[in-house]
Amino acid sequence: MCKGCTTLGSMKMTGTYRIYPLGETAVTIELGNRIDEHTNQQVLSLFHHIKNKKIPGVTDIIPAYSSLTIVYDVIGIRQQCHPSAYSFIKQELEAALQNCNWHSSTKTRLIEVPVCYDVSLGIDLQEMSEQKQISINEIIQLHYSKTYRVFMIGFLPGFAYMGTVDKKITTPRKQHPRVKVLAGSVGIAGEQTGIYPFDSPGGWNIIGQTPVQMFNAKREEPVLLQAGDEVKFIPITLYKFDKLKI
Amino acid sequence: MSIRIIKQGIADSIQDAGISGYQHLGINPAGVMDVVAASVANLLVGNDLKEAVMELHFPASILLFDEQAVIALCGADLGAMINDIPIPLNTPVVIEKNCVLQFTKLNRGARCYLAVKYGFSITQWMGSCSTSIKAKAGGFEGRYLMKHDEIHFRVIDNYTGILQNKDAFIFPWKADTTKLYTPGNIIRIITGDQFERLNDQSKKIFVSSPFAITTQSDRMGYRMKGEPLQLQQQQQIISTAVNRGTIQLLPDGQLILLMADHQTTGGYPRIGHIIRADLPKLAQMKPNQLLRFQIIAQQEAEDIFYEQHRHLLQLQNACNLRLQEYIQKHALH
Repeated sequence: MCKGCTTLGSMKMTGTYRIYPLGETAVTIELGNRIDEHTNQQVLSLFHHIKNKKIPGVTDIIPAYSSLTIVYDVIGIRQQCHPSAYSFIKQELEAALQNCNWHSSTKTRLIEVPVCYDVSLGIDLQEMSEQKQISINEIIQLHYSKTYRVFMIGFLPGFAYMGTVDKKITTPRKQHPRVKVLAGSVGIAGEQTGIYPFDSPGGWNIIGQTPVQMFNAKREEPVLLQAGDEVKFIPITLYKFDKLKI
Repeated sequence: MSIRIIKQGIADSIQDAGISGYQHLGINPAGVMDVVAASVANLLVGNDLKEAVMELHFPASILLFDEQAVIALCGADLGAMINDIPIPLNTPVVIEKNCVLQFTKLNRGARCYLAVKYGFSITQWMGSCSTSIKAKAGGFEGRYLMKHDEIHFRVIDNYTGILQNKDAFIFPWKADTTKLYTPGNIIRIITGDQFERLNDQSKKIFVSSPFAITTQSDRMGYRMKGEPLQLQQQQQIISTAVNRGTIQLLPDGQLILLMADHQTTGGYPRIGHIIRADLPKLAQMKPNQLLRFQIIAQQEAEDIFYEQHRHLLQLQNACNLRLQEYIQKHALH
């Protein structure tokens, strides 16, 4: 494990970072331990930098809230006569930290996602309204009025963790998760909002449903959202929802 | 030229080495549970080590071959028979056209791999032949194999000269897999980034107590039962990537060992990672079996994994040569 706080590239990186192995086929760099936009932006800058570097032997690069994980081909790297694949990748990672342009200009996509907030679909709206003593309409309005950042994709193919929702509607995960949440369900857990790409067990508080497929294996790009995207929810009527739903 | 499923198995699927390059989209790698057994099955029939294979659990499918084929079975001993001929593991076998391969008894292990010479004809998804059960994509129609499914293999060859009117011919050699799996129930691990946060008592328990594999265990992960472990302080862990073999500590103090179909990210403390070289052994362990963990160093884990791979390559050279020579000498083309 290695800690560091250093001037990286042309920009000072605030806070410490930590590099540790995730088994012998992956290494993680942690840039912080909080969910915040600034740290996440740094993670994504590093993600793009490393992706573009095309380091031989790297098979996956996984951005999360405040960390980045590199999965690598141990056998392939060792066959290139490196005595330690871990050291090789760690060196590449440290070089990337030095050279990364933290203000990289990867264009942010803005994706509009239609959502129907009808109570027949937003099955936790009533309970949330009672708990928070605010009207269902206010919950809905607070939800769609903000543009959200996609912090990371995980848990399921195409499940985007987005944030941060207005304080008035932050709600902890359900104590008793549902055995089945329908695909397209839009939910809130803590400060995050997300959309289930499949029918799945789940503990998020469901406030609506989108007719759009967050994941479709047959598409050229099966996953709709990526880390770093901005998402705006567009409220639609139940009628429109039924028309749009495939 | 295909294999037809005439009776469905409980969880049989087409897998290769896994889907790589898309974990940042939540698409987990999947792939064979026991990489060693799948590799040996492939090398015995002259395939690339990472060629797609059929992964069989018990009770397994009953398979009808509608063409002659060279096959090999490795991993779990499921009492394989071709018609009424018992078929050994770790040996290439020719199966005659219109014969049935079935699995009669769970003798040892948990997953058996069927490789066919020249490989199965599978349309790739995301660059892989593995089945992503979660995404319902890849492999054969994105799911476990069902009755009436027909899985095609790429090439048919004529082995009539070798079969000599029998339903099956067993080649006269066997791959020695003893060096590829360590004996006993010790599973070697390297420490995870939250290992140090375990309290002293828990650190001791982790490396000295036995843990049982519960029945809530499958391709996603193995739920373990043992003395509960505790961190010094409860802590919120933010979701971050996990790996196959990652050992997560659940809120109730029990452990879960992540396997092939693991989620790409998780928020539970990671106290260890099972070394790659021992994952095949773990993949062949079953519910109610006990194991113990042993900590080794990162570099040692890497060296052991590399050595295991070199051994597979040596085996591949030896088996390729024998197979080619034998077929050339005895087959009538």
